[in-house]
Amino acid sequence: MRTRRCSMGILAVSAAALVTLATPFARAEMPQMELNGNAEAGREIALDRSKGNCIACHLIVGGESPGAIGPALIAIAPRFHTKEAVAKQIWDATVRNPEAVMPPFGKHEILTEQEFKDVVEFVWSL
Amino acid sequence: MRNIITMLAAAGVACTLATHALAAAPEEDKEAFQTYFKARFPNVPEQEFANGAYAIDPIGRENWEAIEEFPPYETAIDNGHEMWDTPFANGKTYKDCFPDGPAIENRYPHWDKERGMVVTLALAINECREANGEKPLKYRKGPIADLLAYMAYESRGQVIDVVIPEDDPRAMEAYEKGKQIWFARRGQFNFSCASCHAANSGTTLRTEILSPALGHTSHFPVYRSKWGEMGTLDRRFAGCFKQVRAKPYAPQSEEYRDLAYFLTYMSNGLELNGPGARK
Repeated sequence: MRTRRCSMGILAVSAAALVTLATPFARAEMPQMELNGNAEAGREIALDRSKGNCIACHLIVGGESPGAIGPALIAIAPRFHTKEAVAKQIWDATVRNPEAVMPPFGKHEILTEQEFKDVVEFVWSL
Repeated sequence: MRNIITMLAAAGVACTLATHALAAAPEEDKEAFQTYFKARFPNVPEQEFANGAYAIDPIGRENWEAIEEFPPYETAIDNGHEMWDTPFANGKTYKDCFPDGPAIENRYPHWDKERGMVVTLALAINECREANGEKPLKYRKGPIADLLAYMAYESRGQVIDVVIPEDDPRAMEAYEKGKQIWFARRGQFNFSCASCHAANSGTTLRTEILSPALGHTSHFPVYRSKWGEMGTLDRRFAGCFKQVRAKPYAPQSEEYRDLAYFLTYMSNGLELNGPGARK
């Protein structure tokens, strides 16, 4: 992966710098919230094309025709350790990895706060 | 094994380039761009990149080849041919604007030094119409897609050879703007063109295989099954922007012309193979 990124870096570097500076966000940081969503509701959202659509890129056990852009959503707890870490990743994955392509579901208000909590609860359960 | 070595070697060359000045010459960009995709898909022969996802998706390719037996863009070619032959109200025809036409697609997009802007074939067609007292055509679909389909068909086999003239810094600026648009993240989903069509090309978004960007402009206009009709590159750009929930630019805006300038230049050396058929 590393070598692949490197080879396009020559082209991407100036463009990326510009965009980071130019885009204002209302809620860049994840606000304090109680992570007490409903996993079953979160599952619906994760499989809904117009909502979370996690399945577009991630394998979800029991979901049909998953995409393969992101890692499979399995063994979440051993990988993330805390529910909050999962929440932060879904809020804005570019904090941990600036090259992450995952949409910032919290930061860009793709999901409502309740939907966000529900998805966090669902993913945390996987 | 040999493939892996080739990939690493190619990536190594590009990494060496990356240590040079940030504002790389277009020629270096193009080398890095093409090397990237050739390394990522080492079994794809160069010209095959003009066939998009069908170069890397055997099942999709089978369906596509079946569709190509009775091409859905044939009516568009016929309609476009008729447009080409039909005189304007003033008695002149497109041939008066494009004396070497209709097979001239490899001359576009090009840098117009006098006007200081990128001129695409679609823009030139509408300027021809207006110069002859005709209304300009809408850019995304309809008659302009027909005429572009005819001209693309007549131009098949020509080699893409976009030039960024070194004696005009404004051309370089337009190229850089197009490059910036291609690499910039945008929209609620925060994707750049590169997010899907470079870094994740060949992977799957649900069941859709993301096409490599090399060759993206070679086959326009296209008949898309999703549209059930023909569409131009402007239409496709707008569709991508909407998909990432970004506001599309206006068709033939400076932004989209610059983007086409950059993206077509990246495919220099491939043969034109439009019009195309896509899912």
